[in-house]
Amino acid sequence: MSKMYYRELYCGTPVRYWAGMALLGTIVAIALGAAFYMEHNGHWVTGMTNQVVWGLPHVFAIFLIVAASGALNVASIGSVFGGPMYKPLGRFSSLLAIGLLAGGLVVLLLDLGRPDRLIIAMTHYNFKSIFAWNIILYSGFFAIVGLYLWAMMDRKANRYYRPIGFAAFFWRLALTTGTGSIFGFLVAREAYDAAIMAPMFIIMSFSYGLAFFIITLIAAYMWGDRELGDLRLARLKNLLGVFVGAVLYFALVFNLTNLYVTQHHGVESFILLNGGVYTAMFWIGQVLIGGVIPLFLIYSPAFDKARWAIAAASMMVLIGGFFQIYVIVIGGQAFPMSVFPGKEVLESSFYDGTVGAYAPSLPEMLLGIGGIAIAMTMVAVGARMFKVFPESLEDPGESA
Amino acid sequence: MSVKNDQPDMNRRKFVGTTVAAAGAVVVAPGVLLHTVAGADPESRGASAKHRWGMLIDANKCAEGCSACVDACNSEHGLTGHDRPATDAQWIRAVKLKDNSTGHINRLVMMCQHCEHPPCVDVCPTGASFKRTDGIVLVDRHICIGCRYCMMACPYKARSFVHEDLENQSVNAPRGKGCVEGCTMCVHRIDRGETVTACQEACHDTGHGAIVFGDLKDPDSEISQALKSQNSRQIRADLKLNTGVRYSNL
Ligand code: SF4
Ligand code: SF4
Repeated sequence: MSKMYYRELYCGTPVRYWAGMALLGTIVAIALGAAFYMEHNGHWVTGMTNQVVWGLPHVFAIFLIVAASGALNVASIGSVFGGPMYKPLGRFSSLLAIGLLAGGLVVLLLDLGRPDRLIIAMTHYNFKSIFAWNIILYSGFFAIVGLYLWAMMDRKANRYYRPIGFAAFFWRLALTTGTGSIFGFLVAREAYDAAIMAPMFIIMSFSYGLAFFIITLIAAYMWGDRELGDLRLARLKNLLGVFVGAVLYFALVFNLTNLYVTQHHGVESFILLNGGVYTAMFWIGQVLIGGVIPLFLIYSPAFDKARWAIAAASMMVLIGGFFQIYVIVIGGQAFPMSVFPGKEVLESSFYDGTVGAYAPSLPEMLLGIGGIAIAMTMVAVGARMFKVFPESLEDPGESA
Repeated sequence: MSVKNDQPDMNRRKFVGTTVAAAGAVVVAPGVLLHTVAGADPESRGASAKHRWGMLIDANKCAEGCSACVDACNSEHGLTGHDRPATDAQWIRAVKLKDNSTGHINRLVMMCQHCEHPPCVDVCPTGASFKRTDGIVLVDRHICIGCRYCMMACPYKARSFVHEDLENQSVNAPRGKGCVEGCTMCVHRIDRGETVTACQEACHDTGHGAIVFGDLKDPDSEISQALKSQNSRQIRADLKLNTGVRYSNL
C-alpha cells in the first residue's frame, strides 16, 4: 500500500472553514438557548408529560450515542481485522465517534430535570443501575478512543495501536449493549421486554454509524477540496448495504418473536397495525425510508458509482434510524402500560389505559439538532487541530 | 402474607453489592476522575426495620365520585396543580375499572405501592430513589438529577415529575422542580410517631373507611388482622415486587 500523508483540514480558504464553523456555532447557540428556555420554565413547555416522560431529546441522544459506537467501526475494521482499505480512515472514524458521543451526551444532560447536578451524577453511583454503568461506559469510551486516536497519530505510540484497537472494539460493543439494556430493564413496559433489544442496538449502531461516517467523509472531502476515490466509497457503500439489511432483518425478527408472545400481541399490533403515527413511522420511516429505498440505491447497478446515490442512501438510513428510535422510545411509552391486566379502565385522572399523547415541541427539536451540530463542530475542530484526514484518498491502485 | 421475608438475604446482597462496587471501581478508573460509592445505604437514613408500613384498600368501599383522599394528599403535601392534568403531580389517583370477563365495575385508588423490590430503586443512577428499612420508598430530592428513569421503570405509574416552578410548598414535603416525586406514605407523620396517613384519615372521616394503614410486621395491627381475615391481592403480583399496598374485593 502506498504511503499515506495526513494533514489538517484547511478547506482552501479560511473563509470557507470559518463560515462553516459560524453556521455550526449558531445552531449550537440556538440549542443552548432552547435548553435554557426548557429548564427555566420547567418541562411543561415541552411535549413531555408524566405519561411520556422521555421525549424528542432522548430520541436524538440515543440516536447519536448508538451512532457513535458504530462510527468507530471503520477504525475497528482497519485495526482489528486489518483491512488496508479502511486503515487510513481510522483516525477520522475515531474522531467522529468521539464527536457523536459528545453531542448525544450533551443533549441527554441538558434534558435532565437538574442538569446542574452533573457532578452528582458523576459522584453518586448506584451500581445496580444500568444508567450508572452507562455513565462509566461513556466516560471510558472517550478515554479509550482518545488513546486509540493518539496511538494512530503518534509514531511512538504505534506499538499500542493493536491492543488499544481491540480494547476500543470491545468497549464500544459494551457501550451499545449498555444503551440497549436501558430498555431491556423496563420489565413492566411491554414494548421493551425482550432480550433481543441489546443485540438489535448493536446492529443498529453499525448501520447508523457507518451512514454518518460516509456522509461526513464525503462532506469533509468536498469542503476540503481533497480527492476521494470511488473504490473506497464503493467498499463503504457495500458494507452499509449489509448493515441496513441486517437491521431490517432484526426488526422483523424482533416484531415476529414479539407476536409469538401472547402477552405482547397488543403492543405489536400497536406498532405494526393500529398505532397511528407510530405505525406510519415504522412502515414508512423505518422500513421504507430507512431500509428498502437505501438498499435499492446501494445495490441497483444503475447507481453504481453515483456519489449522490451513496450520500442519499446514507442520509435515508439516518432518517429511518431516527424514526426507528422514535418508535422504540416514544411509541413504547405511548402504548398504555398494563397496570390492571384483565380490566378495562373506565376512568382515571392519570391517563391509565389510554395511549399517551406526545407532540414534540420546537425547543426539544432545536436541542436535538444542536446535538448533531456539536458532534460536527467537534469533528471540524478536531480535523483542523490534528492530522486526521489523509491528504488524498485516491484509490490505492491509482496512486501506487 | 409474606411479610417475613421483608429483607431477604441481606448479607448475600451486601456481598454482591461490594463485589460489583469493587469491579466497578476498577473499570471506572480510566474514565472517571471523581467517584465515590453512593451513600445509598438505607440503614443510615433513620427508620427501623422493625416495621414495614403498608396499606390495605377495599375496592368495595371506595365510593363513586369521592375525592377525599386525593384532596387530603394534595393539601398535606402542598401539591398545587396548574390545571394541566398531563403534567401536574398526582401522588394518589382514583381509577374506575371494569372486569373484562364479568363486567363487574369497581373503583380503587392507586399510589406508590412501596414495593419490597422496587424497580425504581434498582434503575436510579444516583441512588436518589431509595427504600427505607421500614419499607417506605422515597426520592431524595437533593440527589435526584431528574433523569426520569424511575418513572419508566415503575409498573404502576406511581411517580410524577415536577414540571414547573413551585409555590406555597408545604413543610411536610419539600419538593423540587426538575425532580421526581411520589407518595411518601406520609413519612413526616410516621417519623413523628403517628400511624395514620392523610388519605386514610380523610377516607375514614367521610365514613367510607376504604383505606387501612399500618405496620405489616406487627401481628396485632389493624392491617395485619384485616389481611389475615380476608382475601387480598397485589396489583401485578406477577412481577413479584411484594408491594406494601394491597387490595381487597378487587
Ligand atoms: S410503586 Fe413504583 S415508585 Fe413505588 S416503589 Fe414500586 S416501583 Fe417504586
Ligand atoms: S429521576 Fe431522580 S429518583 Fe428517578 S431515577 Fe432519576 S435520579 Fe433517580
